[in-house]
Amino acid sequence: MRILVALIAILFSVSAPVMGQSALPPAPYANRQISDPVLERKAKALMETIRCLTCQSQSIADSDASMAGDMRSQIRERIMVGEEPEHIRAWLIERYGDWVSYEPTANPILWPLWAAPFLLIGLGLLLLRGRIRRKRK
Amino acid sequence: MRKLLIWLPLGLFLGFFALFASGLLKPDDRVITSKLVGKTLPAFSLPAAASDRPGLVSTELATGKPRLLNIFASWCLPCAAEAPQLLALAQEGVEIDAIAIRDARPDVDRFLARYGNPYSRIGLDARSGVQIALGSSGVPESFVIDGKGRIVYQHVGDIRADDVPMILQRLKDAR
Repeated sequence: MRILVALIAILFSVSAPVMGQSALPPAPYANRQISDPVLERKAKALMETIRCLTCQSQSIADSDASMAGDMRSQIRERIMVGEEPEHIRAWLIERYGDWVSYEPTANPILWPLWAAPFLLIGLGLLLLRGRIRRKRK
Repeated sequence: MRKLLIWLPLGLFLGFFALFASGLLKPDDRVITSKLVGKTLPAFSLPAAASDRPGLVSTELATGKPRLLNIFASWCLPCAAEAPQLLALAQEGVEIDAIAIRDARPDVDRFLARYGNPYSRIGLDARSGVQIALGSSGVPESFVIDGKGRIVYQHVGDIRADDVPMILQRLKDAR
């Protein structure tokens, strides 16, 4: 019992405030949808394929980091004034590299990735042909 | 052919094993560098972030003399740890401008009063817009800008005491 009390006391003693995120409220369109559903759909589709710089395995649509919120707001504001999502993606890639986009590009290093489905189908056809031939015998 | 194929699963297993082992032994580098290094600064104009320093316009960074552009925030702990090194650089005659990310003027004033003020100008980037335009992914970060307003070097993370000579050299090379 005494150990339990001590443990609880330790738990509460170390809960000092942690500074690391801005105290400023989120940007206007960080968590607010565009009123036009067509534009919002466009923005959402883009946000789901842009990687968060703070939480690197999340998209900015999923992340709660303040920088992801700022990026969401910027994307929505730019789409509202008529910018195309792919133009914004290119703008971001120019700054952060291919890394920032979850959408694979036509970069030569990714050619094996694009070729993989065709290679696998070809392999499957070869296997199938072997099977059929053996059955005929 | 068939005899060789029997070794394929083992080969694949060993291949994957080596891949995972190397991933465990040498974890990924998670530092995201700006792709704008070597290019001209994007144009921006920011209001003043502190009471006793002017704001920052991108053209003011192309003055014919290399400058240091520091990205910081009053809410960022490593930025406080970096402050003595920036003061040392300022004492060496380096001109340092800054962009305060997602900050408020009273907070910046308090931060500068507490940790010292090595900056000539401080722009307020309340929604990280300029930070994103710079290809910066966090605070603190520092950019060495040459006299023509071109980014020649990006330092991700705080400048430690043993980074100071390197930063000075970069500024000298940018001349």
